Amino acid sequence: MELRQSAPIALDARFEAAPGEVLALVGPSGSGKTTILRSIAGLYRPREGRVSVDDQLWWDSSRGIFLPPHQRRVGLVFQSYALFPHMTAIGNVTAALDHIPASQRRRRAAELLELVHLPGLEDRYPPNLSGGQQQRVAVARALAREPRILLLDEPFSAVDRETRERLYRELVAMRRRLSMPLVLVTHDLNEALMLADSVSLLHHGRTLQHGRPADVLQHPISVQAARLLGHRNIFTAEVVEQRPDLGFTVIDWNGHRIEAAAAPQLRPGDTVAWVLPASKAVLHRRDRPSRGTTENPISGIISEHLQLGDTTVSVLQVDGTQSHSITFQVPAHVAERNRLGVGERASVSLLAASIHLMPSETKP
Amino acid sequence: MDWTALWLSLRLGVFTVALLLPIGIFVARRLAYGDIPAKGLLEALVALPLVLPPTVLGYYLLTLFGAASPLGMAWQALTGNTLVFSFEGLLLASVIVNLPFAILPMQRGFEAIPEEVRDAAACCGMSPWQALRRVELPIAWPAVLTASVLSFAHTLGEFGVVLMVGGNIPGETETISIAIYDRVQAFDGAAAARMSALLLIVSVVTIAMTFAFSRRLGRRLD
Repeated sequence: MELRQSAPIALDARFEAAPGEVLALVGPSGSGKTTILRSIAGLYRPREGRVSVDDQLWWDSSRGIFLPPHQRRVGLVFQSYALFPHMTAIGNVTAALDHIPASQRRRRAAELLELVHLPGLEDRYPPNLSGGQQQRVAVARALAREPRILLLDEPFSAVDRETRERLYRELVAMRRRLSMPLVLVTHDLNEALMLADSVSLLHHGRTLQHGRPADVLQHPISVQAARLLGHRNIFTAEVVEQRPDLGFTVIDWNGHRIEAAAAPQLRPGDTVAWVLPASKAVLHRRDRPSRGTTENPISGIISEHLQLGDTTVSVLQVDGTQSHSITFQVPAHVAERNRLGVGERASVSLLAASIHLMPSETKP
Repeated sequence: MDWTALWLSLRLGVFTVALLLPIGIFVARRLAYGDIPAKGLLEALVALPLVLPPTVLGYYLLTLFGAASPLGMAWQALTGNTLVFSFEGLLLASVIVNLPFAILPMQRGFEAIPEEVRDAAACCGMSPWQALRRVELPIAWPAVLTASVLSFAHTLGEFGVVLMVGGNIPGETETISIAIYDRVQAFDGAAAARMSALLLIVSVVTIAMTFAFSRRLGRRLD
């Protein structure tokens, strides 16, 4: 799939997905995720591009081919589910079964509702179903067409957390049985990490980065990508020396000599940006300093401290600076044992292998 | 009671609605789904009969339909009759006058269908025609019914345009509202009263039905 246009919505994206693969389109709202999904389904027609599924060409602007949405075998689960309000649950699923003989439709629809764990509610109308139940009907309806590709538009955004977690597990279980590619639109990176085989990071309709979720998260290609991925530790520094013998690139960050994962293309004197996941700044224990404390040690005063469920997020104001701070994340019990809190002193080690160097945003 | 005039009015009403439904559904959907150029201009044109004095509208239709106009000449060549002062001319005028009464409620009805629901119909493999029949009309039917009832009742009551375009030919163009006027002119107060009471009842029933349908439409979409 590839598409391009400059107006009314700027788009420049391309990706491929293999059968059974889950591809996540990740980006903030307004990044064009839904527009891309609608383009695949044929509900939106950008200026230029191509969509092909299996060996079928659905759209090719250069050859003037455009298959209307109802002729594309596509399953789309809408953000609002978009169930037909005048049809029962089973009626909604049956509505997508025109391609099989009428006598088999009801039985097939019942099978699909069973597949999404919705037995006994066949004859309910959408307003009498909960959000999670409506979502299951929408999934069953999307699967009913035996689609060549399954598209999910923020399918978990409108349900409560508990239901969402159950739906995640069901999706993971179900995808093993599906033989088509699955494209999931989400603004939640964790959702992508948990469910997807690959992610496309989008911004203003443009693909910034495409790859395995963990790769993309740990090795953002630019400062902008790192920000979109939710990284908080993004800084600029100067390259000091290359140490291929140790597998490091050494940088200078406001007087701190920091060893980072090797980036051999850089030369001493280059300005670079670096990023470190909050979970890769390791807290030094107060009671029992260990050997690891010599790895990129940074000390300072904690200026913010927030508990989020089982983990805590702290901001460390680095000694000798006004504006530089490292965000680090530790399990709640570790934070408690080390008496972390606002105003307390703490030191952390920045794990060298997790420090990723990127081109600097401001050109020197 | 002038049964001929009543029968003519009922026929005019039924034919008007029958012609307006397909036209109205087509135009209302285009306006509601907003995928047309010059939408504002078209909306204004559709609403024009609401504010234009009936005699003014009737005058222009008379000019448009007249034996000297291209439309009038084409009609005469085709059927051998004049378009003005005939039932067919009256019907055409009635359709034009009733455009806003049919289109505006239906436009509201189609607008109330979420875009995603229409998209879902396409993704379920329904062609635009099937989507209309199986999804859009079943959701928007109260609006379609409201439009029909309003157009029908308004046709029974239309006076100015009918008089201008149709004149007052019994059995051909004399509708019940014109018959009422005619009876009053002839000092036949009893007949005028009976026919007026009938139109009053029709109007009250119409309004009641319209309100009931709009409430029903509101409930469905909650």
